[in-house]
Amino acid sequence: MAESTTSSDAILIDVPDPGGPLLAVENLEVEFRTDRGVVKAVNGATWSVNAHETVAILGESGSGKSVSAQAIMGIIESPPGFVTNGRVLYRGEDMLAMPRQQRRAIRGAKIAMIFQDALSSLNPVFTVGFQLSEMFKVHEGMGRSDARTRSIDLLEQVGIPSPEKRFESYPHEFSGGMRQRAMIAMSIALNPEVLIADEPSTALDVTVQAQIMELLANLQREYGMALVLITHDLGVVAEVADRVNVMYAGRIVEHGTCLEVFTRPAHPYSVGLMESIPRADMKGRRLTPIIGSPPDLANLPSGCAFHPRCRFRHSNCFDTVPPVVDVPGDGRYAACHYTDEVREAEVRV
Amino acid sequence: MSDTTSSETVTRPVSSPGPTGDPLLRVEGLVKHFPIRQGIVFKRTVGQVQAVDGVSFDLHEGETLGLVGESGSGKSTVARTLLRLHEPTAGRALFEGRNLFEMSASEMRRARRDIQIIFQDPYASLDPRMTVRDIITESWEIHRDVVPRNQRADRAKVLLERVGLNPDHINRYPHQFSGGQRQRIGVARALALEPRIIVADEPVSALDVSVQAQVINLLEEIQDDFGLSYLFIAHDLSVVRHISDRVAVMYLGRIVEIGTEDEIYEHPVHPYTQALLSATPLTDPVKARHRPDRILLEGDLPSPSHPPSGCRFRTRCFRAQAECSATDPELIDREGHGHPSACLFPEVRTAWGETSAS
Repeated sequence: MAESTTSSDAILIDVPDPGGPLLAVENLEVEFRTDRGVVKAVNGATWSVNAHETVAILGESGSGKSVSAQAIMGIIESPPGFVTNGRVLYRGEDMLAMPRQQRRAIRGAKIAMIFQDALSSLNPVFTVGFQLSEMFKVHEGMGRSDARTRSIDLLEQVGIPSPEKRFESYPHEFSGGMRQRAMIAMSIALNPEVLIADEPSTALDVTVQAQIMELLANLQREYGMALVLITHDLGVVAEVADRVNVMYAGRIVEHGTCLEVFTRPAHPYSVGLMESIPRADMKGRRLTPIIGSPPDLANLPSGCAFHPRCRFRHSNCFDTVPPVVDVPGDGRYAACHYTDEVREAEVRV
Repeated sequence: MSDTTSSETVTRPVSSPGPTGDPLLRVEGLVKHFPIRQGIVFKRTVGQVQAVDGVSFDLHEGETLGLVGESGSGKSTVARTLLRLHEPTAGRALFEGRNLFEMSASEMRRARRDIQIIFQDPYASLDPRMTVRDIITESWEIHRDVVPRNQRADRAKVLLERVGLNPDHINRYPHQFSGGQRQRIGVARALALEPRIIVADEPVSALDVSVQAQVINLLEEIQDDFGLSYLFIAHDLSVVRHISDRVAVMYLGRIVEIGTEDEIYEHPVHPYTQALLSATPLTDPVKARHRPDRILLEGDLPSPSHPPSGCRFRTRCFRAQAECSATDPELIDREGHGHPSACLFPEVRTAWGETSAS
C-alpha cells in the first residue's frame, strides 16, 4: 500500500495479503447473560470491508451494530458479554482464535476505533498530549521528545488549531468537535488499516458533524484506510458509504451498494427506514412510519425478527427465520422470504 | 455595557410574512441571561451567559413555527422562558394581548392551560413512580373545572387512545413503555388541558428514525383535530421543514433569519442558514455526491458569555467584512428578499442540495 508510507514508519506486520477483504465478520453471535435473561445482541452478523473502502453498518438503537464492533476490538466486558459463535477475520486470520499477543498487535495498531462519546473515551486526568504520545512510546518505543513532536504533528493534521498549546490541554478544555478530532488523532496515530467509527458524529451539531465527516474522508483518502462507519443516520450513510449493511435485531438484513439499497431496497425494514425520512416533496403529507417498536433482545420474536412490524409478511414469516438470499445487483443480499415482492413494491424512496 | 444596547436594538416586533390578523402569541425582545456566579461564601456575579438576547416572533392560530439552531443557540431557553420555567430577563410575550411575563403565579397557572410543553427526553420527563393515569390526570387536579372527577379515568382513556396507546394500559408505569410510546404519553399529557399552543422542545430527537415518523404524524394529526399552534423546536432541519409553516433560525441567542418554510429552505439569504442547510446530510446518495460546493464552517460556537461584537456570526462567516464587527445587524428585509434576515450582506443562495438544480 503506497499511501501508508506517507508520514510514518509504523511497524509493518508482514502478513501476506490473501486478496480477500481486509476485515471480515462471519456469523458473529454475541449475547449478554443478565439477571433478566439472555440478551441476544448479535445474532449471526456477517459483513466485510476491503482496503480503501467505506462500509456502513446502519441500524437503530439495539440493533447490535456497536456490540459487533466491540467484539472485534475485544472490549466486551465478559461476563456478562460472550461471543458465542463466529469468526473475525483480519487478512484471513481469525482474531478470536489467535494467541492473545498476536491479537493485541492487531487491535489498536491495525484496526482502530473511534467512539461516539469522546469525552468519556479520553482520560480526564491526563492531558490530550500525554495520552497521544503514550501511544507512540508504548507501541513504537519512541522517546519523550519524539513522541511529542509526532503528537503535535498529528493534532495539526486533524485540524486542531495551535496544536502546541493544545498538546498541554485536558480533554474537558476541548469543545465537542475538538475532542472528537483528538479522538480521531489518537485512532489514526499508528496508521491503522481499518478504522471503525462508531457513531463518530452523532453527538455533534450538524455543522461540526460536517467538519468531522470531511476530516474522516480526507484521512481515508490520504492513508487508504478502510472505514467502517457504524451509524443510525441515513444521511451520513448516503453521503459517504460505498456499501451498506442494514442491521436489525442483531442480523444484517440487507447488504448492497449505497445507491442500490437507498434507491431500491430489498428488505422491508430498509423500505421502512427510507419511507420514515421526511423529505421536501412529502411536505403536507403524512409520513409512512414503521409500525410498532424495535424488538426486545431478551425476547426476540419468533421466525423473522421483523415480522411484527412488517407490512409484507406472510404466514411463514411468523415461524421461519428467513435465510440470506442473493438479490439482483452488485453483490447484494437480503434476509427476507419475499425480496422480489419487496423490490417490486411501490415504495417511496 | 454592549449587551444592554444590543438587546434594545432588536426589541421590536418583527414583521414576518405569514397569516395575517392578530397573532395568538407575540414575543417581543425576549432576553434571558443567566448570571455566572463565583465565590464560596459571598457569591458575586462575574458575567452573564447571554442564552437568549433579543428574540421576537409571532405565532398565529393553527400555525407551526419551527425554531432551529444548534446546541447553544438558545432555542430551548426560548421555550422554557415562554412558559416561565425560567424567569425572563427582559421582553414581552403577549398571549391574546396579555403579557405572560407580567402575570402573577395564579394568572400564569391559568395561562398554562392554554400553553403546554412536550419535552425532548421521554425517559426523564415522566415521573417513574406515577402511573400513566396519574400523569395524565394530574393537571386536572390543578385545573379542577376541566374534567369532573368521576369522568377523569374515562377521559384519560380517550386521550390514550387518541395518541395511539392501548387504553387498557392506563395503570402501567412509564418504564413499561418504549421510547416512542413514552413520547405519546407526553403528548397525551400536553393535550389533557385542551391547550391552544403546544411548545414542543425537540420532541422526536431522542427517537429512532422509524419511531420518529410515528410521532411526527401524531403531532400533525392532533394539530388538525384540535386546531393547535405549535412552537416546534428541533435541530433536525428535515423534520422542521416537514412540520413547519414558518421557520426561524437561531444562532447564539438571536434569530438570524425568519420566513416561510419555502423562503428559508429554498431561498435562504443569511450565511448561517446557508451553512446549516449545506452541512445537513442528504438522504439521497445520488444528490449527496453531486451537490454543489458544500459550505464548511470553521471553528466552534463562540462563548455566549462573550459574544463577538457586531454580528455574532462574523467569527465563522464566510462572507464577513470589516463592517460586520462594528455593526450589529437588525433582523429586517434589506434587499427585498421577502423575508427578514440579520445580515448586512444578505444574498440568496440555494444551499439545500435537494433543490439546487431547479
